[in-house]
Amino acid sequence: MASRPELLAPPEIFYDDTEARKYTSSSRIIDIQSKLSERALELLALPDDGIPRLLLDIGCGSGLSGETLSENGHVWIGLDISQSMLNVALEREVEGDLLLGDMGQGLGLRSGVLDGAISISAVQWLCNADKSSHEPRLRLKAFFGSLYRCLARGARAVFQVYPENIAQRELILSSAMRAGFAGGVVVDYPHSSKSRKEYLVLTCGPPSLSTSVPNGKGEDGENSTDESSGDEENQTVSISDRHRPRKKQKVNKKGKGREWVMKKKEQMRKKGNVVPPDSKYTARKRKSRF
Amino acid sequence: MRLLTHNMLSCNVKGVTNGFPLIIQADKVLEKPAELNHDFLRNMFYKVDWKALVDAAKSMGYSELPESAEASMLESLDFLNRFHHALMELHLEEGALICPETGRKFPVDKGIPNMLLHEDEV
Ligand SMILES: C[S@@+](CC[C@H](N)C(=O)[O-])C[C@H]1O[C@@H](n2cnc3c(N)ncnc32)[C@H](O)[C@@H]1O
Repeated sequence: MASRPELLAPPEIFYDDTEARKYTSSSRIIDIQSKLSERALELLALPDDGIPRLLLDIGCGSGLSGETLSENGHVWIGLDISQSMLNVALEREVEGDLLLGDMGQGLGLRSGVLDGAISISAVQWLCNADKSSHEPRLRLKAFFGSLYRCLARGARAVFQVYPENIAQRELILSSAMRAGFAGGVVVDYPHSSKSRKEYLVLTCGPPSLSTSVPNGKGEDGENSTDESSGDEENQTVSISDRHRPRKKQKVNKKGKGREWVMKKKEQMRKKGNVVPPDSKYTARKRKSRF
Repeated sequence: MRLLTHNMLSCNVKGVTNGFPLIIQADKVLEKPAELNHDFLRNMFYKVDWKALVDAAKSMGYSELPESAEASMLESLDFLNRFHHALMELHLEEGALICPETGRKFPVDKGIPNMLLHEDEV
């Protein structure tokens, strides 16, 4: 993306008739959005019983993401701030019901009614102040607070987001945590600048087994420095704790970093293994001559 | 917009304590056939506010729902058919949704309710 649309204009202005049409007639965009939606739906981890669920698609746009929900048999309600995008959704005869609304004003839905929510490429818009009356923190708070309320207990919300930078990701994530959500970020293909995708996976209700953050895809190419690390454990950059400094979380090319080693050791301890005590030397980088 | 969605919506204006159910002003109603799914209806039954559904259906010209309902009725195919028709097949195409507390009108155009709030309502 040459420039970020979020920086050009407010969403209801940016997604005008021309842009809405352009967006929805690009086979490349259709392809990307449906893949992102498939993955988000997978991360929602709905019960595998074939029963249609009631889902909310936040920033549904012209219905590309919603279409994936329909194809998987679910019933959905879509919310978007752009009338032009919704008009294209009408033209395409999407199966979901559509609402014209601003997620930053909070969701006007009854408590506990949704079985899940997804949002594809939309939530980062909330980080902008498009009007003098806009305060991103307050809008995020209104959004996450209301979302928490209208999800059924134990239900998940999965957002694929394009945060502009680390501070934005932190802002979004901390707003979610403050609203009571548990969860974190799943990064697919973290080492590819092109296919790297971030998903916020949030669970409504107290932490439990189901609130643990699932794994990212495509870290296999990475040289693992730890033989014992199972496939299912080394793939996700999870930042479920907002107080942790971001820097230390990064899995860099040179090695896994202290944070990761400490986590690993803790896991091994829990399994009952004998693990050397932590010291200031733990996971310290060695000079190359070593 | 289906009555399913109407049954979930409430008025979100600042200060409103009871914004549900929104009163329906039905200028144009459409019926669109939809596939009936027993399991979905069964799950939805526990989420739906029955009285709101009955009143909403009436304001859309459909008065075939029983005034009150209980889970045992889900065994009846006749009941399921009516429930399904009201919840999934009746669409409010043109009209408005009106907040029961403040009278604030949310216009419905081409089936899409405009739930955008004015700045002083947030
Ligand atoms: C990149 S499009 C994605 C649309 C759709 N989810 C898809 O996958 O094709 C982002 C959408 O978010 C919507 N959006 C941005 N800010 C919003 C807000 N505050 N409330 C509701 N929708 C918003 C935009 O209008 C736009 O349709």
